[in-house]
Amino acid sequence: MLGTGAGEDLQLESLMTPHCIDLEATSVRDLNQALHELNGTQEKSDWQITNPKGRHAVAVGIDAPLNVNIDGHTGYYCGGMNKHATITINGNAGPGVAENMMSGLVRIRGNASQYAGATAHGGLLVIEGNASSRCGISMKGVDIVVRGSVGHMGAFMAQAGRLVICGDAADGLGDSLYEARIYVRGKVAGLGADCIEKPMGAEHRRELSGLLAKAGMTGLDVAQFRRYGSARKLYNFNIDNVDAY
Amino acid sequence: MCGIVGLFAKSKAIEAGLGAHLSNMLIEMTERGPDSAGVAVYRRPASPGGVKLTVLAPAASYAWDELKKALIEQVSQQVEMEIHGNHAVLILHADAAGIYDWFAAHFPELHINSSGVSIEIYKDKGLPENVLNRFEVKQFTGTHALGHSRMATESNVTIQHSHPFSTGQDLCLVHNGSLSNHNRLREKLQKQGIIFRTDNDSEVAAGYLMHRMWQGDSLDEALESALENLDGFFTFAIGTRDGFAVLRDPVACKPAIMAETAEWVAMASEYRAIAVLPGADSAECWEPAPAKIYSWSH
Repeated sequence: MLGTGAGEDLQLESLMTPHCIDLEATSVRDLNQALHELNGTQEKSDWQITNPKGRHAVAVGIDAPLNVNIDGHTGYYCGGMNKHATITINGNAGPGVAENMMSGLVRIRGNASQYAGATAHGGLLVIEGNASSRCGISMKGVDIVVRGSVGHMGAFMAQAGRLVICGDAADGLGDSLYEARIYVRGKVAGLGADCIEKPMGAEHRRELSGLLAKAGMTGLDVAQFRRYGSARKLYNFNIDNVDAY
Repeated sequence: MCGIVGLFAKSKAIEAGLGAHLSNMLIEMTERGPDSAGVAVYRRPASPGGVKLTVLAPAASYAWDELKKALIEQVSQQVEMEIHGNHAVLILHADAAGIYDWFAAHFPELHINSSGVSIEIYKDKGLPENVLNRFEVKQFTGTHALGHSRMATESNVTIQHSHPFSTGQDLCLVHNGSLSNHNRLREKLQKQGIIFRTDNDSEVAAGYLMHRMWQGDSLDEALESALENLDGFFTFAIGTRDGFAVLRDPVACKPAIMAETAEWVAMASEYRAIAVLPGADSAECWEPAPAKIYSWSH
């Protein structure tokens, strides 16, 4: 219940003004604690975080529809385990960004390091630059859209979700893939074991078009993309497939 | 896990503050390696005909004067010596090839950390900040430098197990990772005359590069063959007389980031070690690709 008079003004003001956290002055632990105190609520406040300077585990474990803006480059595991929040990194992200994300949106304006979106179950991860090796490793339902290219072993052992690569993919794409779907616009240096190209049907063009729109990627023609998926030969070990391991 | 950092100055201002900048970088890598730390700094080149050695004694109370006296009598009429605790930097006028044998015969308790024209290697056990303070690295000027913070995973924590490792004249190696074929490779290299002082895997990588270059390989050729013959995980930074090189194994699990501005080129295990450099916010940053040699030189 809102108060009256001066109290009401104050509360209204705090709703409008973003929380500004300078990580040179506040520890990551204190920041994350403040964010976790809102977990389980419907709080939609804005959080402005400055000077991440490669610090680890910035804004992990959020479980509320917060809007978090991070100005600068982050270190390991930024946005990990995210649920409901919209997290934007105005810089590059270190290894394991958005790992194990459950829902919400993590957007990286720069490049992402190794294993972006590892094991993530849901939500949308948008990388506006390039992603490094093992992007989407063991992804379990997340959607990942990369405007640039991805490094080797993209979508390694990916189980569910969609990985969209608007640039090129390095060697070993989709190795030991389960049911995740991969769309690539550029060149694929090489497919991993049990990953094959599959035809693009109308339903796939629709799906891809929706993902690109959701990620805010414009000016791309879905007809330029190819689709890759699992040949489903490695689900169970078969001695005839030993060479593929 | 370990932390590695490298800094290459492109301006006189960075050269003047090289030790301070490198120290700030290495202190950021403390959590990656709190056991021991070391640096290789390229500075104050010896005059033509001179050889610069960094010598490590078993204790800070070492009788350095006796070493100097013996050197003057038997090796070099001119000897410059600067003492930093249990390390001494010597400049001699002698044939570099014979110096190792002379030390082994007369002062076997001393270890030559480095030899060359401008390289100096300092290393010790303890937190990076304490090790850097011990040698007053923050005061050093220089053209380029490498640093390492060690978290031992496969062998003992001693000064001898610490990085950087010398790989030849003005050459050194720092390593983040672990090698799985180092025992067999060490045996092979020992038969070729390479001497190892520890059971450390990174020392084998250093010995391997040294051996390849003795065989006539260029640094790039030696690194190319390292990709074939070293089995395991590695991000290497290799210091050379004029600059440094970076190489990651083909799987590239061990992190590495590089950054460049008009003033400097830097490499580190993590961006937070680069964030402390002037102008880092606007630096161009990228992750070195697997199995690709990157190198800079003056």
